Amino acid sequence: MLLRNMKRSLSGVAAASLLLGASGARADWGLNLPVGVTPISQTAYSLHMLILWICVAIGVVVFGAMFISILRHRKSRGAVPAQFHESTTVEILWTIIPFLILVSMAVPATKALIAMEDTSDSDVSIKVTAYQWKWQYEYLDEGIGFFSNLSTPTDQIYGSEEKGPHYLLEVDNKMVVPVGKKVRLLLTASDVIHAWWVPELGMKKDAIPGFINEMWIQVKEPGVYRGQCAELCGRDHGFMPIVVEALSEADYSQWVADQQAASAAAAADDDREMDMGELMTRGEKVYGTHCAACHQANGAGLPGAFPGLVGSPLIKGPVAGHVDIVMNGKSGTAMAAFGGQLSDADLAAVITYERNAWGNDTGDLLQPSDIKAAR
Amino acid sequence: MSTATTHDTHHAEHQSGLLRWVFTTNHKDIGTLYLLFSLLMFFVGGAMAMVIRAELFQPGMQVVDPMFFNQMTTMHALIMIFGAVMPAFVGLANWLIPMMIGAPDMALPRMNNWSFWILPFAFAMLLSTLLMAGGAPAGGWTMYPPLVLQTGDAFPFLIFSVHLMGISSIMGAINVVVTIVNMRAPGMTLMKMPLFVWTWLITAYLLIAVMPVLAGAVTMLLTDKFFDTSFFNAAGGGDPVMFQHIFWFFGHPEVYILILPAFGIVSQIIPTFARKPLFGYSSMVYATASIAFLSFIVWAHHMFTVGMPLTGELFFMYATMLIAVPTGVKVFNWVSTMWRGSMTFETPMLFALGFVVMFTIGGFSGLMLAIAPVDFQYHDTYFVVAHFHYVLVTGAIFAIMAAAYYWLPKWTGHMYNETLGKWHFWLSTLFVNVLFFPQHFLGLAGMPRRIPDYSVQFAEFNMISSLGGFAYGLTQLLFVYIVFQTIRGGAKATDQVWEGAKGLEWTLPSPPPYHSFETAPQIK
Repeated sequence: MLLRNMKRSLSGVAAASLLLGASGARADWGLNLPVGVTPISQTAYSLHMLILWICVAIGVVVFGAMFISILRHRKSRGAVPAQFHESTTVEILWTIIPFLILVSMAVPATKALIAMEDTSDSDVSIKVTAYQWKWQYEYLDEGIGFFSNLSTPTDQIYGSEEKGPHYLLEVDNKMVVPVGKKVRLLLTASDVIHAWWVPELGMKKDAIPGFINEMWIQVKEPGVYRGQCAELCGRDHGFMPIVVEALSEADYSQWVADQQAASAAAAADDDREMDMGELMTRGEKVYGTHCAACHQANGAGLPGAFPGLVGSPLIKGPVAGHVDIVMNGKSGTAMAAFGGQLSDADLAAVITYERNAWGNDTGDLLQPSDIKAAR
Repeated sequence: MSTATTHDTHHAEHQSGLLRWVFTTNHKDIGTLYLLFSLLMFFVGGAMAMVIRAELFQPGMQVVDPMFFNQMTTMHALIMIFGAVMPAFVGLANWLIPMMIGAPDMALPRMNNWSFWILPFAFAMLLSTLLMAGGAPAGGWTMYPPLVLQTGDAFPFLIFSVHLMGISSIMGAINVVVTIVNMRAPGMTLMKMPLFVWTWLITAYLLIAVMPVLAGAVTMLLTDKFFDTSFFNAAGGGDPVMFQHIFWFFGHPEVYILILPAFGIVSQIIPTFARKPLFGYSSMVYATASIAFLSFIVWAHHMFTVGMPLTGELFFMYATMLIAVPTGVKVFNWVSTMWRGSMTFETPMLFALGFVVMFTIGGFSGLMLAIAPVDFQYHDTYFVVAHFHYVLVTGAIFAIMAAAYYWLPKWTGHMYNETLGKWHFWLSTLFVNVLFFPQHFLGLAGMPRRIPDYSVQFAEFNMISSLGGFAYGLTQLLFVYIVFQTIRGGAKATDQVWEGAKGLEWTLPSPPPYHSFETAPQIK
């Protein structure tokens, strides 16, 4: 492992030293903005390159003059200082010329900005809600909704397992969009401010609690595109990726139909009884997805920041208090209200799990119907 | 000036030992305190940067918990901005402004003492949060709600320490304004003042204008947290984005507070070592004033992604691009001052030249960031991190280093070790670029800022950047060695110190008398 890392770092340094001499693209090194697959990302890319080259040109002139000066006008070469200063002509020139260059940048930038902010005439609308630390996607016209969580195993993060190719940029449920359609995203958040960003889709927008922001994407090519939250949102800010899969129209319709069937099946779970074994298995899974980031997989929490659940008075106490905190959250802390996020069956399972795992052993067992009654 | 020397001895009455420093009202003593405090904070903040770069050395979590990582990024920024860069500039102002305008001391000496001695308490309070339940603030130095409201016991300490830093800055700024307006020597008209004095006068006005705004913003956070107000809580009718508007109305002028005195320093140093007057003195003054004015109307470019109306985005984009004009004027002026000069390359000049090149690189990325439709890609990535470290480290901090080498012989009466100084410059320049240049690539390729772990595609550049960071950090120990060696001894410095140096401070002996000019010099 260490050897592998060292080898990688050595090849990195070697490649860096080659970089100055080597021309041509180094795709694996990611030197530049991606061109991307939407009209917005491609406009942004060409503007970026335009401004970059303008800056390079100005840099060549300014640094060129400076280095000629440094080389030739030095005392050690016997240079005698001229005493000229103040020239109104020169000063007007170097005010007007940069101003004109700026105008030439502002014109295409203004056009691009107007196009980017036009979210009208969209074909699909998806409401994106950010939570600490996951995303929820709700397809407003199709009646589909699901959460999207980081799927990289903890063992990869803490180095006891080899890192996969999409380390930290992989999720359990991808957001799926149809190719070629204008998709409008409605962004909001439930707790703190987050930002939705996939570089190849070319746009970033904040998800702000209590407000709805709009943006649009139109993916030209089928494929999987990866990004992540771009606004600091607490402990696991670095662990809430975004993965978008663009499907052809036929595949997309099939996906929509599958999702609708799956959510109907999940709704049926809320109406049946489960035994202890099923609740614990399901509860462990829900806990791992929604609770473990703060309270840790072993329930120990992080002292000072996130309370531990092992032997906690809340869990040892009455069931109703526990249900209340899980469903309604605790204001002024990172504890979210899960009542609106999880189904009755999932809530019953996770509360049962917390009350019986890690030696808590209260023996309490909750059914989905108990949660329904508490809503 | 001979009068100043003869009056020196019987006026240097001050307590000895530690109490001298506690009770001092002397501008040089207070300047020294500020500079030493700043140096200490530079290493405290630097140590935090080392923790950040150690965690980012490889993908995966190796060194710290993500929560502690966030505490480090937050504290690193607060300490470097309010503890290292700002006090360094105030220290330079204290030392230099009275000497440059021909005054005996600052106008308000007792307030001067107070404005310094608040700082150690403010930072002790801020640093004590590292030991509290829940740790130090971890919501970023920008303190955006609602996230910052999740801070544990550290929260009120964060707010009160920001209040104290603000009070200290405002008092320091008032002192600078009063001194410059009232205590100039006869004949020292405004347009004859050295540029360092001009840039500080403008900076002081910026400070007085915006520090109260920051104090107001953080006070609203405090009442939101403890007194059930809803300034920034949408559920109570407030708006979390309003905090960002108020914060950046402070924050953007703050950026210029951190760089205008640096412009002043470089404008003093380049003419000295080019042996040629500054190309356009008055246009430099007007450019500084224009930048200060524009700094008040560009704040929302820090928040292009919050979902502003199109017209708002257009306005802030145009206004931001405009700043390139006066900033360009400054760079062109420095280059024309060098042109056909007779240059030598002592350490202060090297740092000043490094400043011009690398600050301009930071300016270019700043111009790119101003373009809103592309900023949607750059925003909150390592491209931004690279940008502001180029303007703050190779900008502000390089200028502070240049100033230290330039005036150290005047302050101590000893020449520093030129060979070591040059080593310090070249190693710093090499490593700071290894540290920050690859971060441009990381940001463009899609790495967000403020993340403790990253996907494997970013591994190589992060490792290079970390290596550069460790080496840059180590190199700064050399600076400490050089400074203390110079204080203890060294070749005797002449009064003028540098062949091409012009200005009142160089007419005083090295080291200067305790009360700089007891009899005001006459300026022709």
